[in-house]
Amino acid sequence: MNKWTRRAFISSGALVGGGIIVGVAIRPGNLAHDVADVMEADGETLVHAYVKIDTNNVVTAIVPHAEMGQGAQTALAQMLAEELDADWEQVRFEEAPALGAYNNSALGRGMLLTGVELPGFIAPTVEGAMLRLGDFLNLQITGGSLSIRATGQYGMRFAGAATKHMLKRAAADAWDVPLADIDTQRSTLHHRASGKSEPYATFAVAAAALKPSYTPTLKDPKDFSIIGQSVPRHDIPSKVDGTAQFALDVRLPGMVYATTMRAPVFGGRIASLDDSTARSMNGVLDVIKLPATSSSSMIGGYEETGETVAVVADSYWTARNALNALGIVWDNRGNDSLSTADVYSQHDNDLAAAKGREPDFVRGNIESAMTKAAQVVSADYRVPFLAHTCMEPINATVHLRNGVCDVWVGCQNPLGVRRAVAEVLDANEDQVTLHNQFMGGGFGRKAVPDGAVQAALIAKAVERPVQLIWSREEDVRQDFYRTAATSQFRAALDDSGVLQGWENTYVEKGEPVEAPLIPYAVPAQDIGSVASPTHVPKGSWRSVDESQQAFFTESFIDECAAAAGVDPVAYRATLLADSPRHLAVLERAAREANWDAPLGLNRARGIAIKECFGSITAEVVEITVIEGAISIDRVVAVIDLGLAVSPDGVRGQIESGIIYGLTAAMTGEITINNGAVVQSNFHDYTAMRMPAAPVIETHIINSGHHIGGAGEPGTPPAAPALANAIFAATGQRIRELPLAKRIRFVDPRPITVR
Amino acid sequence: MTTTFNVNGSEHKVDVDPAKPLLWVLREQLNLTGTKFGCGMAQCGACTVLVEGVAVRSCVTPVAGAAGKSVTTIEGLAPGADRLHPLQQAWIAHQVPQCGYCQSGQLMSAAALLGRNPSPSDADINAAMQGNICRCGMYSRIRSAIKTAATAAGGGDE
Repeated sequence: MNKWTRRAFISSGALVGGGIIVGVAIRPGNLAHDVADVMEADGETLVHAYVKIDTNNVVTAIVPHAEMGQGAQTALAQMLAEELDADWEQVRFEEAPALGAYNNSALGRGMLLTGVELPGFIAPTVEGAMLRLGDFLNLQITGGSLSIRATGQYGMRFAGAATKHMLKRAAADAWDVPLADIDTQRSTLHHRASGKSEPYATFAVAAAALKPSYTPTLKDPKDFSIIGQSVPRHDIPSKVDGTAQFALDVRLPGMVYATTMRAPVFGGRIASLDDSTARSMNGVLDVIKLPATSSSSMIGGYEETGETVAVVADSYWTARNALNALGIVWDNRGNDSLSTADVYSQHDNDLAAAKGREPDFVRGNIESAMTKAAQVVSADYRVPFLAHTCMEPINATVHLRNGVCDVWVGCQNPLGVRRAVAEVLDANEDQVTLHNQFMGGGFGRKAVPDGAVQAALIAKAVERPVQLIWSREEDVRQDFYRTAATSQFRAALDDSGVLQGWENTYVEKGEPVEAPLIPYAVPAQDIGSVASPTHVPKGSWRSVDESQQAFFTESFIDECAAAAGVDPVAYRATLLADSPRHLAVLERAAREANWDAPLGLNRARGIAIKECFGSITAEVVEITVIEGAISIDRVVAVIDLGLAVSPDGVRGQIESGIIYGLTAAMTGEITINNGAVVQSNFHDYTAMRMPAAPVIETHIINSGHHIGGAGEPGTPPAAPALANAIFAATGQRIRELPLAKRIRFVDPRPITVR
Repeated sequence: MTTTFNVNGSEHKVDVDPAKPLLWVLREQLNLTGTKFGCGMAQCGACTVLVEGVAVRSCVTPVAGAAGKSVTTIEGLAPGADRLHPLQQAWIAHQVPQCGYCQSGQLMSAAALLGRNPSPSDADINAAMQGNICRCGMYSRIRSAIKTAATAAGGGDE
């Protein structure tokens, strides 16, 4: 039943009660020798995209990516429906259960190993996982802006095309006509000459008995009628009437509530615990100590977290009050003297020592370029730690009974969470069922399984279904943070101001590996990193390292333009002369933003461009200075992501990415003091609110290149474009985020509402 | 202690600590989970409900404060089982929600606004909505949807 095709591995079968199911996995061809055995053993379990057609002619796409508002599930269904010629009104989708069979690591590895470009930051996870035989299946991640460009492009489209081909063959056999004379449209098979016409469901069973096509033919993009349309997202109706179920909304008979406090100084232990007051409070059921654990972050590392105290009660509110009544003395294990200032001076010292500097990219002779330079420009940049603050705080519900464990959580990495829960319960993975729910924000935070692991331990202790809910304070103080970073630059300009050398050393290396690289044609380049670890847990934050690296490089190139006395767009354009995609995006952004037309008194624009996750995005930020305070009026964004499957979905992602990036640029800062996080809630870790939100215009270039991501690429250019606009308006070059440390923003505080 | 109040047209009696926030009574006692927990200190607006038509942050409103009053939650915003509120229709038309978690609160704040001001200006919308955070950053779409709903309901200045 299974056949290797040129690119994809396709399997099919009949459904109980009639219907067909077809699955696709990427062919792991051209394997590196040392992993070939692993790949072979994967066999059918590597299927990562399924299509189902039932007896009512309803097409169901089973998608291996979670929904956190990015609209990926709808777009994936579009890609399947396009190749299947399905009636869009009769297309549904389901999120794949957290089982190895739906693992998209097959896809990741297939792409990695066959030379198809895989986003760099996934690679270490994939390779690392493969080294740990037996747990390499635990990747069903939603991140890296991967859903559409990987699962959609190589999974959904193949599944749709293969299924359509099988249906046509079944119909051709039944009608005894040549397959080539059969057309498909809106989930119906037609034979022109005879006028015969039947819905797909008629032939679903017959098709299921056929061997899948070895080489399904994909459509020419010019024939697309569903891909490229802004179809309404399937998840939206339930999100306007309160019926959308997030993990926090799970209700089980006999369920109790818990809340936790983990050692505020990361890695800390419980020295002593006085829970007498808490235990005497009405409704309090238990107080439990949870061990220190290490949690896998999506970017491949393991981060150690401290011991935790959990209170279990009849209500979250009771549990929260009781938690506040605990007397806990923490053993901070020597980490309670570190502050943000120490982190920054550690960066400076490590950069000065340049010990173990790891090169990212070296070309030409940088020292010679510096010696010959007519002008050397140098600057140091910094960004702080950042939390994610998803609107839905970390929570998980666990029901443990008779050796079976059910977990309800909203997460970006269901297989990884399932594995982590199984490990901590000392159970087999097949004893754990993970029910993934809508995520109230993800942004990288919900790839880490720590909340579900805590909930599992609490459920085991109290022997009842438990819903663990973190307070916002815990959510802010126990995040896996975008790391604080420092980046130092020197640029060599010749007597025409043209860049001849670019030297950059930064703290510290993360993912994607290509994040610090520049698209500009600079003859001599030396880009590298120095490690400077701290005890603060690291995680992936929307766009991972691209956000800080874009702030560094796109601010500094602006400084070079200023030093050369050249307009920032013109300066970049000269250096991008041999990069037509970049140049087209840059020039389109300048044109859409009317770059050459002066804005008038106290107004200015800034621009930045970044390639990441397979897409190139430029943003122009327009600001007004009102009595010394900055108002962000408008952002014009241009993205070339190859092909926009759902243009309005792409625009929504870019709007979202820009607001997320601007928020962080303006005020985002997690400060460390005495080894712990100072901020605690939205009053001191603020989010942009409606009055400060600019108008956003997004323009899409469908260049026909490989499909790129949309969820993350909007974020990186936002900070440098804003900083560059501030420089243009005020002459003030701000090299440290958040910008609000150096300049005021017009951002009215929220009115006090009861 | 028993507190009696009306939620979405139905009378409810709950026997809880009168200091317990309305949010947790709605979610835990009444299983009305459409109203969300976001911050617990009236900073984010995810828990917004209407009490006598006025937007309140239910996470800091003791249930005793709702005694004898009428509470409307997202589950009670639509005028009928098959009819959406103009704001809900506009939210779908503008494809407002992304993750959707804050949207119950956004809709209830917007409903309170239109309830007292059928044709709000941009400044009115900003003032009414600035207590509601959307980390997906859908502010432009929310603003447009409120204007569409105001126009559809016969108000609006478009």
